Amino acid sequence: MAGLPHDPYEPRNGLAKWLDTRLPVVRLLHATFAAPTPRNLNWWWIWGMVLAFCLVLQIVTGLALAMHYTPQADMAFASIEHIMRDVNGGAVLRYLHANGASLFFVAIYLHISRSLYYGSYKSPREMTWIVGMIIYLLMMATAFMGYVLPWGQMSYWGATVITGMFGAIPGIGPSLQTWLLGGPAVDNATLNRFFTLHYLLPFVICLLVGLHIWAFHTTGNNNPTGVEVRRATKADLQRDTLPFWPYFVIKDLLALVIVLVVFVAVVAFMPNYLGHPDNYIEANRSVTSPHIVPEWYFLPFYAILRAFSADTWLVTFVHWASFGTINATFFGVLAVTGAIMALALAPWLDRSPIRSGAYRPLFKWAFWLLMADFVLLMWAGALPPDDLSRRVSLIGTGYWFAYFFVILPLLPKFEAPRPLPATIEDDFNTRYGQHDE
Amino acid sequence: MIQLAKTLRVMVLGVAGSLALGAMPLYAGPDDGAITNIPFSFEGPFGTYDQQQLRRGFQVYREVCAACHGLQYVPLRSLSDPDGLGMNPDWVRAYAGQMFILDPHTGEERPRKETDAFPARNEAGMGPDLSLMAKSRAGFHGPYGLGLSQLVNGTGGPEYIYSLLTGYTGAETDTGGAYLYENRAIEGAGIAMPPPFYDGQIIYADGTPATPRQMSMDVAAFLMWTAEPKLVARKRWGVVAISLLCVLALLLYLMNRRLWAPYKPERL
Repeated sequence: MAGLPHDPYEPRNGLAKWLDTRLPVVRLLHATFAAPTPRNLNWWWIWGMVLAFCLVLQIVTGLALAMHYTPQADMAFASIEHIMRDVNGGAVLRYLHANGASLFFVAIYLHISRSLYYGSYKSPREMTWIVGMIIYLLMMATAFMGYVLPWGQMSYWGATVITGMFGAIPGIGPSLQTWLLGGPAVDNATLNRFFTLHYLLPFVICLLVGLHIWAFHTTGNNNPTGVEVRRATKADLQRDTLPFWPYFVIKDLLALVIVLVVFVAVVAFMPNYLGHPDNYIEANRSVTSPHIVPEWYFLPFYAILRAFSADTWLVTFVHWASFGTINATFFGVLAVTGAIMALALAPWLDRSPIRSGAYRPLFKWAFWLLMADFVLLMWAGALPPDDLSRRVSLIGTGYWFAYFFVILPLLPKFEAPRPLPATIEDDFNTRYGQHDE
Repeated sequence: MIQLAKTLRVMVLGVAGSLALGAMPLYAGPDDGAITNIPFSFEGPFGTYDQQQLRRGFQVYREVCAACHGLQYVPLRSLSDPDGLGMNPDWVRAYAGQMFILDPHTGEERPRKETDAFPARNEAGMGPDLSLMAKSRAGFHGPYGLGLSQLVNGTGGPEYIYSLLTGYTGAETDTGGAYLYENRAIEGAGIAMPPPFYDGQIIYADGTPATPRQMSMDVAAFLMWTAEPKLVARKRWGVVAISLLCVLALLLYLMNRRLWAPYKPERL
């Protein structure tokens, strides 16, 4: 494994040497934990550890739940109540798993935001970013399918609306939707395949997390200054970095435990706050839920999906220009796809030579506006589909695209960045004082 | 030190804020004003069920609601759970034996055992199952539909049940033979269920005067228990887990400070 040079692994006894010449797993672990890490990382760098914890939490609680759950349309809802009432510790297990998904998304949104602010996605870390984006997409798919499994009203109608996005694609759409659902509507076949994929995808995510870590261990971590670690000599390298173990592992674990205090408080004292009451009503294909909303972490994209109507001038124009192929619904689907694609393309859209946003006075405004925009879209996504929500969504969607396609490429032309510290060591010592090594 | 404390504060607020902002369950529903907020004993991190209230609520269910509403997901044995009603197991066994069930293995009717659930009422003209009613309705949606009031008040399911049971205005609409009874807790012309309670309808075993308001409040608490029988155990787990995590956090904090001390002279 390439990456920043570190103290080499030296097998201490015969067994370790024997294993090392045959399968150097201990060497790999050593390389992972000895990885030189910029010593000036701030607390925004802890979310990776929280995310790793979430993945393990969801897999472990999910395995236990799967042992008691029945993926059959007539029995799924009752089997959840079986878990809640008959299985030892079942209620806590299920609430951990359901709220664990929310913690997972809180963590990934903060992790992505950190990357956007400090320019971690920029060269040479594009592959880390792209793999991360694929993980995020798979997480969304996994969470969406997991929400269908309890087979409540919101499960059922949420699945109907979201798979309807595929149905809106001109030509192949309806056939594609039928193929995805395994029938003309959400039913037992849908539940079965969603359960299968909900079980499979987390393991694919595990593999990708391995690639994600491999990629940033190859390039080294970014840091709040965006200045690269000096690697000309070993002494230089050591002045800029400290090994991952124990310095950053302990720091990350401290942060993780504090986050878990909040998480456990939610699970123990308000476990249904983030859920929708309708999901405690069994799925009923003849009664449509009056106001279908996805889980909170999908709301911003749900707002973008619903932002466009036939009388939005852009939609009217595209509809005319595409000879009627692209209608408002499909336009919404394209907008959601585009919004996520824009995020994935950030490394190539951002033309700033300065990596860290902390040294870009104008960028800071644009970034915090994007954060506000995300919250605004979340609110709009939760509103009933009326004129107000559409107008707010449209403004929010507009800024989202403007940030990625106008601000990121053009802002560097007008911006005078603040001077960067010469080295990470300088930055660290300015903050925390000189010390003797 | 101060810097670290500040950073930690930002982090904790960040998580709490994201959860709060993220949690905007906006539901099109009736105005919150129609829902009475009741300080139930089971609210808050340390709240537990009031056993006497649950028993009264169970009596209301047994003698009034059970005529039309089932509790198909609630196992009869949970009536003897000490965190809930704490009924005598022998009484529960005898009570279960008064109800019959079609045994799926023998195909014959037999008396229920305590391991069976309450009967379902799926026949025509019956009301919806009440097992999960307290969790499948939200009483509070404000302010401005943000749902943040639920952070303080809870989702308001039991309050919704209480408000519905006491919310009849007396007006009714004839929809071709079937009547709809106007109710402040729901939108539209009304509800098919006639006002269920009247004064002196039942005599509480513990001597509490059985007014419609008292019965509504008790049965709302009972239905919270049927929806969330493990509430008390869950909160107990939460208190223990949070205490242990706080100890762990303190140890990690001290360890982290000591670990970094040689590199951060100005912090000490």
